[in-house]
Amino acid sequence: MVETHGGPTVAEQAVIWRRLVGARIRADWQYRTSFITFMVSQFVAGFLDIVAIVILFSNVDRLAGWSVAEVALLYGTSNLSFALSDVFVSEAEFAAHHIRAGSFDRFLLRPVGPLLLLCGQEFALRRAGKVVQSVLVLAVALTQVPVDWDLPKAAMVVTMVAVGFVIFGGLWVLTSSIAFWAVEAREVANSVTYGGNFVTHYPLEIFSGWLRRLVTVVPLAFVSYQPTLWVLGRRDPHGSPAWFAFAGPLVALATVLVARAVWFSGIRHYRSTGS
Amino acid sequence: MGLIELDGVERDFVVHRRVGRVRRHRDVVRAVDGVSFTVEAGEMVGYIGPNGAGKSTTIKMLTGILVPTAGSVRVAGLDPQRSRTELAMRIGVVFGQRNQLWWDLPLRDSFELLRHMYRVPADLHRRRLAEFVELLDLGSFLDTPVRQLSLGQKMRGEITAALLHGPSILYLDEPTIGLDVVSKSRAREFLARVNRELGVTVVLTTHDLSDVERLCSRLMVIDHGRVVYDGTVDDLKARHGQYRTLVVDLEGPAEPLVVDGAEVVRVDGPRQWLRFHRDRTTAAQLIAAIASTTAVVDLTIEEPLIEDVIAGVYVGGAPDRT
Ligand SMILES: Nc1ncnc2c1ncn2[C@@H]1O[C@H](COP(=O)(O)OP(=O)(O)OP(=O)(O)O)[C@@H](O)[C@H]1O
Ligand SMILES: [Mg+2]
Repeated sequence: MVETHGGPTVAEQAVIWRRLVGARIRADWQYRTSFITFMVSQFVAGFLDIVAIVILFSNVDRLAGWSVAEVALLYGTSNLSFALSDVFVSEAEFAAHHIRAGSFDRFLLRPVGPLLLLCGQEFALRRAGKVVQSVLVLAVALTQVPVDWDLPKAAMVVTMVAVGFVIFGGLWVLTSSIAFWAVEAREVANSVTYGGNFVTHYPLEIFSGWLRRLVTVVPLAFVSYQPTLWVLGRRDPHGSPAWFAFAGPLVALATVLVARAVWFSGIRHYRSTGS
Repeated sequence: MGLIELDGVERDFVVHRRVGRVRRHRDVVRAVDGVSFTVEAGEMVGYIGPNGAGKSTTIKMLTGILVPTAGSVRVAGLDPQRSRTELAMRIGVVFGQRNQLWWDLPLRDSFELLRHMYRVPADLHRRRLAEFVELLDLGSFLDTPVRQLSLGQKMRGEITAALLHGPSILYLDEPTIGLDVVSKSRAREFLARVNRELGVTVVLTTHDLSDVERLCSRLMVIDHGRVVYDGTVDDLKARHGQYRTLVVDLEGPAEPLVVDGAEVVRVDGPRQWLRFHRDRTTAAQLIAAIASTTAVVDLTIEEPLIEDVIAGVYVGGAPDRT
């Protein structure tokens, strides 16, 4: 037998992930009614979000000085980031289930990282409904905001979606890791990420001071609020430094490093189950 | 250097016990308590012990799933926990109580997924799979989703999954649990072959001691997290199974016989069971003594059952630690 050392390359990991996902989708298709129902309900729920924003603006012209198109840009970018993290990384949340049942064992028996296996195995295509909806909102917003589009601004929009995806992804992994220490803590992951997603839909000015400070630390403010301010040519009314708009990639990197460290430390704490 | 080396390995679990309505008491359970042993390449070792002895916990430390609290574990020269994914290429694991296959997928698809994870070339995979399909008779259910398989079929699938990447070590934690007599002997035959022909080192835990008797040259008994016996099955019987039983059929029901060096442990109509110590008397002497007073129709000598021998080891604690 050929001796192979070291882990699989990135390309090989991508193949493994794709195969796991393919298998999962085929398996899910055996239960297609629930699959379709969920997809539709996700879509509807997404549009209810937008309806809420529209209703808000039918009563006021501006929200903390933001027009409906500007809020839609904020919503579109942050929600797209979140939706992508929901499709690709939120599966980390199932760690809690597997840790509790002891079935996390099997992820540790393969020559591939457990997170990749988990995210591939628990993949759910039905979560993609939200991506479609966010793209639609974003498309409309991009044409409606009063911005002279040039390359740097376009690049900023792309970057902030990517940065937002990485930050949300990091938060999924970070909060899911809690289950290694406290099995009962599944809800924490949900409240941080879903709650975080909600916060990023709106201009931060409308929230109270402590929440604003919290999301700057947590670091949801970097998901789209700060870069959007820059794209729209606005100043943060609370006077955060202008370079915050460009700090996204570094913040994303830091989030990933922290999440990674906590995840691996969690794996060292994994205690399996007695039977 | 052995292929598997454990030195003073301990593993604690912190458990919280409810006392009263809300208060919790923190306890530390020592599941593995100073285990040291070496397994050489090519060995087939039975690792047995009563429920809760620490067998599964040991296996989990050997795979890197669990980190030892103290002591050192080396498998194929690697620290299992630190080099877990690297070690995974070289080991195969079957947990009889756990499912490792994909529930909604047919075996064939599971195997294909594993092929990609372990980077097995397609033609080698095809050859190995064909061989396992034949030896374990998987052909008829290779395309059925795992959730629809019977226990025995699933177990055969698990064993195949554990071996398809050509590991040099195979850990089996209760692989024959729930199998019928035919499947069991088939699985044993297969495992013996894997060990003999492919040279795979096997560590096996089981509660079915006939698995160990048939398969393993070496036996380790663990109780309360400590190894209380490590040697061959025959040695164990010789050292701890000094008692044999002489079963005599008399012409009719009778009072329990009174013979020097043996005692009657059971009477059932004309049949009586006499237990004797191998070193104190011989079967021949006993038979002569009985025949001189009573008419004997038939007789047999029962070897000690391995179950009884091992039960003696558990109760007796560590008898051979010199
Ligand atoms: N994850 C865990 N958390 C807490 N205690 C555990 C855990 N795993 C095992 N234990 C405890 O450690 C001890 C050894 O368990 P282990 O599963 O290793 O036993 P075993 O020899 O495999 O038993 P069995 O034959 O019943 O499978 C038991 O007392 C068990 O309760
Ligand atoms: Mg066990």
